[in-house]
Amino acid sequence: MDDIVKDFLIESNENLDRLDHELVQLEADPGSKELLASIFRTIHTIKGSCGFLGFARLEKVAHAGENLLSRLRDGQLVLTAERTSGLLATVDAVRRMLAEIQASEQDGENDYPELLETLKRLQAAEPGAPLPAPSPSPEKPKQEAAPLIPKDPPAPAAGKAASAEPAPPSPSPQPNPPAAEAASSRFRPSPGKLGGLLVERGQVTAEDLATALGHQESGDQRRVGEILVALGVCGQEDVQAAQQILETRGREAGVETVRVGVNLLDKLMNLVGELVLTRNQLLQFASSTGDTGFHTISQRMNLIASELQEEVMRTRMQPIGNIWNKFPRTVRDLALACGKEVHIEMEGRETELDRTIIEAIKDPLTHLVRNSIDHGIEPPAERVRAGKPSGGVLTMRAFHEGGQVNIEIADDGAGLNLQRIRAKAIERGLISAQQAGQMPEREIFNLIFLPGFSTAEKVTNVSGRGVGMDVVRTNLEKIGGAVDLQSVAGKGTTVRIKIPLTLAIIPALIVRCNGERFAIPQISLTELVRLESGKGIEMVHGAPVYRLRGQLLPLVYLNRILEAGAAAGPQPPGAGHHAEHLDFASAREKHARWLERLKDMLDGKATITVDEAGSARDCALGRWIYGEALREYGDRGEVRLLEQTHQQFHQLVREIVIAKVDGFEQRAREIFGGIEPLTRKIVELLTAVENKRTIELQNVNVVVLQADSHAFGVVVDDILDTEEIVVKPLGKQLKGISIYSGATIMGDGRVALILDVMGLAQRAYVMAAAKESSLADKTRAAAADRQTAEQQTWLLVQAGPSGRVALPLSVVARLEDLPVSAIEHAGPQEVLQYRGQVIPLIRLSDFLGCPPDAAGVSAGDRMHVVVYREAGRNIGLIVDRIVDIVEEHTQIENLKPREGVTGTCVIQQRTTDLLDVPTIVRAAHPGLFDAKAAGAEP
Amino acid sequence: MTATQQYCTFFLDGSLFGVTVAQVQEVIRFQEMTRVPLAPSVVEGMINLRGQIVTAIDLRRRMELPPRAEGQLPLNVVVRTKDGTVSLLVDEIGDVIEVSESTFEKPPETLRGEMRATIRGVHKLENRLLHLLDVEVVCQAVVPA
Repeated sequence: MDDIVKDFLIESNENLDRLDHELVQLEADPGSKELLASIFRTIHTIKGSCGFLGFARLEKVAHAGENLLSRLRDGQLVLTAERTSGLLATVDAVRRMLAEIQASEQDGENDYPELLETLKRLQAAEPGAPLPAPSPSPEKPKQEAAPLIPKDPPAPAAGKAASAEPAPPSPSPQPNPPAAEAASSRFRPSPGKLGGLLVERGQVTAEDLATALGHQESGDQRRVGEILVALGVCGQEDVQAAQQILETRGREAGVETVRVGVNLLDKLMNLVGELVLTRNQLLQFASSTGDTGFHTISQRMNLIASELQEEVMRTRMQPIGNIWNKFPRTVRDLALACGKEVHIEMEGRETELDRTIIEAIKDPLTHLVRNSIDHGIEPPAERVRAGKPSGGVLTMRAFHEGGQVNIEIADDGAGLNLQRIRAKAIERGLISAQQAGQMPEREIFNLIFLPGFSTAEKVTNVSGRGVGMDVVRTNLEKIGGAVDLQSVAGKGTTVRIKIPLTLAIIPALIVRCNGERFAIPQISLTELVRLESGKGIEMVHGAPVYRLRGQLLPLVYLNRILEAGAAAGPQPPGAGHHAEHLDFASAREKHARWLERLKDMLDGKATITVDEAGSARDCALGRWIYGEALREYGDRGEVRLLEQTHQQFHQLVREIVIAKVDGFEQRAREIFGGIEPLTRKIVELLTAVENKRTIELQNVNVVVLQADSHAFGVVVDDILDTEEIVVKPLGKQLKGISIYSGATIMGDGRVALILDVMGLAQRAYVMAAAKESSLADKTRAAAADRQTAEQQTWLLVQAGPSGRVALPLSVVARLEDLPVSAIEHAGPQEVLQYRGQVIPLIRLSDFLGCPPDAAGVSAGDRMHVVVYREAGRNIGLIVDRIVDIVEEHTQIENLKPREGVTGTCVIQQRTTDLLDVPTIVRAAHPGLFDAKAAGAEP
Repeated sequence: MTATQQYCTFFLDGSLFGVTVAQVQEVIRFQEMTRVPLAPSVVEGMINLRGQIVTAIDLRRRMELPPRAEGQLPLNVVVRTKDGTVSLLVDEIGDVIEVSESTFEKPPETLRGEMRATIRGVHKLENRLLHLLDVEVVCQAVVPA
């Protein structure tokens, strides 16, 4: 495609975006001559350019629009909604044709006859309007077009008071030469022109200027300034000063922007990233040399590189206004379509965001705006009835806060209908009626972000198809954003979106696992926990958990996730995978044995071939050293030393064997003398490394992450540092792996993967689910065989003064310490709001038929709740006291069958009833597990 | 005069392979790699190529050849594909050679497995065969594990 066509397309598209905005503004302020002139100029430029480039169809449409505009501008017509629509339709048609030009370099087949007809009709003056001037025939647009042809005489348009000055590239010639007597009425001073500026500065009056222009129109060849001076209305120096101002303005406008390709910026960004890495290396090197001169230079380089990085980052930032520009138009069209009056207000248009994010939020924002207009703002009549002004206000607000960008879309409409959402959610089976009754308002409002939710009573072509809000949320979450909704009945609804400033550079925590470094985005990180010697990790059903301030935090071992299900069974906490990789004892032994083998060989008792001698890389220790040890612990002296010693050792072994095989007995014995100290050294070093590792392995590093609304802990080998990382995409071959969101380059130039917290959670969940099902089988088997002794972990609780009972820890999801006031009622049922759910409560003492312990629940204002989870439901058991967690071989005796008790056993020298929680739950809430209760329970 | 093509050649398990010169961006010596757990097994890791992260595919594994001997470091042949830059790990690098179309033949019918899928054909050189690698297939058919 020709460069000139390309430029035309880019420029025109930008102009069109502005047009949308201006036209809507114009509708609100029909008297604004400035706006009209600007719109006219834009259309005119497009028309002129396409005449020049030979796009006849496009030119025709633009011309028709221009005709209508010119009459509006001349005050011969009044701007009505219909006319605005016509003009907007013109903009759309032009946009479509531009798209066709982009695709095929032709302006398409469509002549838009209807649009042309409509425009023509709209041009007809309404009764009582000023006399229509003779309409220009569309057949001869080229005459007045061609802004690129300077010899074309600039028409004496009143809006271009100074057009007698050297013609700018795009003057707005009048298609229909106005009558001279209309000059003063048509006149509007433009501050962009000399005359207008003089008026603006109060140096001449508008009337004087009109007179001067009148002179020009009647054939005066002099410039406006000269005429004005000649008329004696202002001084020569005023004109000169004004001219100077105009020139400065022009120059400023000229250097404001340079058009640069986005991929060039991306490349620049990449290079700067590289520069920063190189700078880091340079600084490291500089600090290791004592050269102060070099040091100074590298420091200066450091500053410059940082500044450069910042500035280049800024080139990627764009004001959010860039995408907001289209909203006034959207709002107007939608409001018309829905028969509503909506006024849009914007705050913080200049708030800057990374351009990739700007792209990503465009659709969600559009959707939210549509929703606000279609569902939020009421029809005018209804609004008036509610005592509100008939026109609704849609406010879009953007601002920076805490390193994030906040965007709010607020309407002053009716607000969300709580009852309807609740009913709908129940109808769709998203929540139960009971849950719904207890959910806080805000959570109910946020239900509309669930998939398949739509409360619109009728499906309009605007919205209400039930896909949408969940897509909005998904799309926003994809870029690390969050969305929240608040609504007040009768007052309106506000949707608040929080998104990161940029996706390109994010703060991240660097951790180490299996010898590789991984980056975890800081945004999903809540805290870091270090467990000395792995204390505090417990097993629930074989799944490791940690009690973090009383809440059970599921733990995920990153190394096991990364080993793709290789480790299925439970593994003692703290035991990393490393132990499997090198058996230190056997490595020590093997190397010590070499001494004997060599001796035997030298004494002729055994033979060793050269192949058998192997190399430093072949033996198990060698593989470990070159595999993970150097990667992981290479920065430690011991490992480096071990590597060197080990290599020397094998070198010597080889030399001895070769010497022996080749018959140089004496030489072989000589070398053998040097091998003994090496062997000793290897054994020593191995012991030292092993001891260090054991200490380190005993400490467990937990990174607590938040995915969706669930917290989980990721166990990593080491927590290194937090860093600002540059996110880079993964190759296509690796895109399918959900636990990575990208990669980054670390300070030493190596690549590190960025973990996707959501993907990690899902992966961990999938693994856990697989484990759960196999464990469920085991549990069933165990239940059938209750009489046998088994090692099990029990939770001891107190229910009633004498009721000390135990329940298997494996059925416990959580232990909670809650205020008694948290108990609410749903009918006769005691319930609790728990993690966004309403969960039924069972008072264990009531169930067991013992009165509550006076010292327990009734005394304090807090209660202990054991949360039991089955089939995705939580049930709370209120107990008086949590006594202990014990692990014991229990001999279960079945003394007297009672409901809810599986047997009795001795725990901590006391007879303790063992509770059958599933039965208790079913007895207390027969309906809760209908299907299951019918099937599985006797 | 028959048409000729230029190939960048390399060795894998003793056999000679070739990629059209135009597809090759550069050849670099072995680089420390970052392993990618859970990745398809043919993905050896990722390398940092002047700030660009490039996936390295072990051609031996990709073509179902026996693994490289311990301690033998592969070279990176960095190629441009539809889906971006990819590094192919090869044993040794050969010359850039020019061959005429007339020596080309389709892969023999008896060839099976991945080798058949990834080879466009062979050129009969004077003393050996040059296997033409279909780079797009090599880089594309990597299904995530």
